[in-house]
Amino acid sequence: MMLLKILFRNAFHNKLRSSLTILGIAVAILAFGLLRTVISSFYAGVEAASASRLVTRNAISIIFPLPISYTEKIRQVEGVKMVSYGNWFGGIYINEKNFFPNFCVEPRTYFALYPEFILEERQKKAFLADRKGAVAGQKLAAKFGWKIGDTITLKGTIYPGNWDFILRAIYTGRDNTVDQTQFFFHWTYLNEAVKKRAPVFAEQVGFYMIGVTRPDVAADTAVMIDKTFKNSLAETLTETEKAFNLGFIAMSEAIVTAIQMVSFIVIFIIMAVVANTMAMTTRERTGDYAIMKTLGFGAKDITILIFGEALVITLTGGLIGIILTFPAARIFGQELATYFPVFLVSAQTIYMDVAAALIIAFLAAIIPTRHAIRIRIADGLRRIG
Amino acid sequence: MMTEQKKPIVEIKNLYKSYHRASLVVPVLYDITFDIAEGEFLALMGPSGSGKTTLLNLIAGIDKVDEGTIHVGDVDITTLSETELAAWRANSVGFIFQFYNLIPVLKAVENVELPLHLTTLSKSKRREHAEIALAMVGLDHRMDHYPGEMSGGEQQRVAIARAIVTDPTILVADEPTGDLDRVSAEEILSMMERLNRDMGKTIIMVTHDPRAASRASVMRHLDKGYLNHDAAQNPL
Repeated sequence: MMLLKILFRNAFHNKLRSSLTILGIAVAILAFGLLRTVISSFYAGVEAASASRLVTRNAISIIFPLPISYTEKIRQVEGVKMVSYGNWFGGIYINEKNFFPNFCVEPRTYFALYPEFILEERQKKAFLADRKGAVAGQKLAAKFGWKIGDTITLKGTIYPGNWDFILRAIYTGRDNTVDQTQFFFHWTYLNEAVKKRAPVFAEQVGFYMIGVTRPDVAADTAVMIDKTFKNSLAETLTETEKAFNLGFIAMSEAIVTAIQMVSFIVIFIIMAVVANTMAMTTRERTGDYAIMKTLGFGAKDITILIFGEALVITLTGGLIGIILTFPAARIFGQELATYFPVFLVSAQTIYMDVAAALIIAFLAAIIPTRHAIRIRIADGLRRIG
Repeated sequence: MMTEQKKPIVEIKNLYKSYHRASLVVPVLYDITFDIAEGEFLALMGPSGSGKTTLLNLIAGIDKVDEGTIHVGDVDITTLSETELAAWRANSVGFIFQFYNLIPVLKAVENVELPLHLTTLSKSKRREHAEIALAMVGLDHRMDHYPGEMSGGEQQRVAIARAIVTDPTILVADEPTGDLDRVSAEEILSMMERLNRDMGKTIIMVTHDPRAASRASVMRHLDKGYLNHDAAQNPL
């Protein structure tokens, strides 16, 4: 009990130094937490992927289309429960800064495959009945102030011209990990327009989204689908939704790796700062530790004092950093919703924050503790005065 | 008429000590042999570098001898391990230092209580003992003050309370008045005198101040690591 009292009072004895160290740790943990959340948000699509969904695309590249005629053949493959399809539209709303993902899809099957997108029944019916109808995520609608019935014009990049849509439904997420920044409209609306403007590009889809009967048949089903189109003009590559999304992340792997490295560098720097603080503190208290050893306290007691002090400082800073991470992530997520539609501080990030704080305390205290234990009492006492 | 021979509480035999500085060996004490009787107030005197503090540290078990033996009571402390020595110091030695060496983050009463945390006393008993010890040095009104809020003389009185609170076999004092003004020094020396006279405490005090040494019952002189074997009885 007395040791606890001493270590707590020691930790805050030099208020300015302790406060600055705690502030440094809090900022480092906050930065670490945000960077880890950025990394998690890269993988949000992977985490949200269903094991019962497959994605089929052109085997050469995602930018090459597949014929719509594959729909029926895929539906006949054993293990397939439902087939939907769509295209990346790549439209721009007013200007390029307003980027959001927009797709044309076969709506009945697509929303059936994505039960995590929640639509009001009335709105859903209105959307399905209107060929020019569109569905937007709640966050996207809120960002641009869209209301049901509004006309939204997108400027086509892949499909030139201005495209008008009537917002018929706004979807929400089953939970907060669902991306609510997407925009969907009818594939037939696009296809009919393409038929008139550039018939050679009509009757084609960018991807097939396939629901399988059970997750355990997904791998075999994927193989069978690709086998079906072997040696055709447009061979397919079918993979799980998770693998498909991971493929996209692989394109940004260098960025993810760089962010990971920066997050660890931040921790390393603060570790050096805390280690320096602990070294200074221990040097100043050499006399105190010597007198405690003189009175009969042992190496274990000295270790508790130094490690305890380091823990009090780092965990206080760590706790403040963790508490600040939540509002900071909320602001960060709002500002960068276009790039990180799902920006949530995960439990794993908090565990990593706590682990980082503990590691900082442990490593910063090792050398000062070793020094304090090994110094001869007579030498320690000589430091006083 | 024969004078009564007091039983020695400390017996030092053929003690040698040297320090190692890099590859250099610096001899500090040579063949020191003498006894300290129970209830004696010994002043160890000598010029700077004569080895007084080293000898005191060896007797108090905070440094190790190169050769020789030191018996305190029935214990040969030169044979004890570091852990055993720590336990022995906690039970048997009270320390008073020149610069008081109080823990700055603890109040006076907590500083005095500190050595009692190594005993089996209950929390309430520890506090009771600490308050009694502080009252004995006249600081019962300063219990809740931190060392930084007290004068040098008061801090040294707290240090004395901490030294006696465990009722140790010997009290060792290294220049206890070295950092004090004359009035405070006199107070501290009077207090140590009372501890020796009224409570029968064996005190070993290192000092180079003849006025402080004059309060001791026995004086011994060290010079360049050698002991003057003719202990001088204080004429007072």
